[in-house]
Amino acid sequence: MTSSDEPQSSPTAVSTATRPQASSLRTSDSPGVFGDRVFSTLALLAGVTILVTLAFVALFLTANSTGAIHREEEGWIVGQFVEYAYPLVVGTLIAALIALVLATPVAVGVALYISHFAPPRLSKSIGYVIDLLAAIPSVVYGAWGMSFLGPALVPVYAWLHQYLSFIPLFSGSPSQTGRTILTAGVVLAVMVLPIITSVCREIFIQTPKLHEEAALALGATRWEMIRMAVFPFARAGIISGVMLGLGRALGETMAVTLVLSPGLLTASLISAGNSTIPAEIALGFPEAPPGSERQAQLIAIGLVLFIITLIVNMTARWIVSRHKEFSGAN
Amino acid sequence: MSKSITAKDLNVYYGDFLAVEGVNIEIAARSVTAFIGPSGCGKTTFLRSLNRMHEVLPGARVEGELLLDDDNIYAPGVDPVTVRTMVGMVFQRPNPFPTMSIRENVLAGYKLNGARLSRSRADEIVEEALRGANLWNEVKDRLDNPGSGLSGGQQQRLCIARTVAVKPDVILMDEPCSALDPISTLAIEDLIGELKQDYTIVIVTHNMQQAARVSEKTAFFNIAGTGKPGKMIEYDDTHVIFNNPSNEQTERYVSGKFG
Repeated sequence: MTSSDEPQSSPTAVSTATRPQASSLRTSDSPGVFGDRVFSTLALLAGVTILVTLAFVALFLTANSTGAIHREEEGWIVGQFVEYAYPLVVGTLIAALIALVLATPVAVGVALYISHFAPPRLSKSIGYVIDLLAAIPSVVYGAWGMSFLGPALVPVYAWLHQYLSFIPLFSGSPSQTGRTILTAGVVLAVMVLPIITSVCREIFIQTPKLHEEAALALGATRWEMIRMAVFPFARAGIISGVMLGLGRALGETMAVTLVLSPGLLTASLISAGNSTIPAEIALGFPEAPPGSERQAQLIAIGLVLFIITLIVNMTARWIVSRHKEFSGAN
Repeated sequence: MSKSITAKDLNVYYGDFLAVEGVNIEIAARSVTAFIGPSGCGKTTFLRSLNRMHEVLPGARVEGELLLDDDNIYAPGVDPVTVRTMVGMVFQRPNPFPTMSIRENVLAGYKLNGARLSRSRADEIVEEALRGANLWNEVKDRLDNPGSGLSGGQQQRLCIARTVAVKPDVILMDEPCSALDPISTLAIEDLIGELKQDYTIVIVTHNMQQAARVSEKTAFFNIAGTGKPGKMIEYDDTHVIFNNPSNEQTERYVSGKFG
């Protein structure tokens, strides 16, 4: 606390420093002490900024969304709002789920290849390419999904409908433009792939050599070693990566807005229909008069998305911490 | 179960760098052999070539013959995975699998072989291996706790139990006590004395008293200088190496004049 080289010490520091027999142990003339303080203050500020920003966002969303669930003349209309919001929530979750189901195995596979199988030079270049995927703006993905991937998937949807229409997911008349929630999910999968891959790669590389060698010395093949040492070690990291990807997939606006031709909630993934919260907001906001009930409604579903994302993140934390004592951190 | 080891003109490389040169050694079954020598002299490298763990590092390779009884483990077509199931290894730092319980750690080797074990058979294996590693009494009430929660010495004995559980022919130990306190070290040394009745044990140690205490035969490795390959200088009965070595380098090393 006490530092002699700091002119404006806080009141507590002064009181200790002015004790007559302040021993030499108490006063430090090391210049590092000042730096230490500056740094800890900066770190504290940074942390607080995040919390404050988050609080303001939540406050703004809450304050501006009351119009969606309360009308002057009729009182509370929560039921109406729920009716409006739930198809969008389900649509958002479906699109994100498709993206994760498609992207996670590929991402883990690519990350493993880079970290444990590829020769060093090749693994570097693959890593760059994957990172490049993350650098493509989402509007480009949207355009690609709308004008190329969608039409390309039309015959696939026709095939799925012909042979698998007994599954509700593939019933309904297949879209002729390919601009369906499944296409949107595939585009999202490509978009979240680099996030999950790079998180997994980082964590796979950090697997302690000791544990890998322990498995190998027991007579494990490379794949067995990966299952025995790498995956358990990386479990929390994989989950974090997937959740980061999920966060992006849930919130992705541009690509979904361009790819999807929105419609009512339907179980079919291959016909037109469904929408997601970000797409709904993006499409509806320019047309909503400021201060109107419609705008409040859009802000309210924004709040819903915020809460979903919060729940996703907290669930991820919970999953990660559940097996703490087996994590190897002790 | 136990097998002898014979190395014939074994050269061990890291890429183009010759790390250990021309080792010829015969290690009898059911014995304890210690490798001593200064740091960087290639004893650990040589030890790791005995179960083909050396080649796990990129570019690492081995020339020459290494016979386990009569089978050359470096013959073409030999699967290193099979070799490692026959030659177990205990590492310098205890490395139980952190995500596994004590019980799962002991059974880890069995799981690899894909063996479907009945609950009671698995219990038997766990108890036998843990008793074999003198750990049973300390952990029998908490077999489902994580292995990483044990003390360092207990963890190392757990690693020995894990190695013993799959009944290898040879156990290699790479400075198994260097991260442990004297009491735990004593426990491991006692254990080595018991294990040699069933296994061929090769131990690398920096502690010459330990080599003298546990081993029947000792090999002294040395290196002529940085960048030069390590060599096995002398190999003889332990009491000869420590009391009456024939080579001057050995004499200087064991008497503490260098290293």
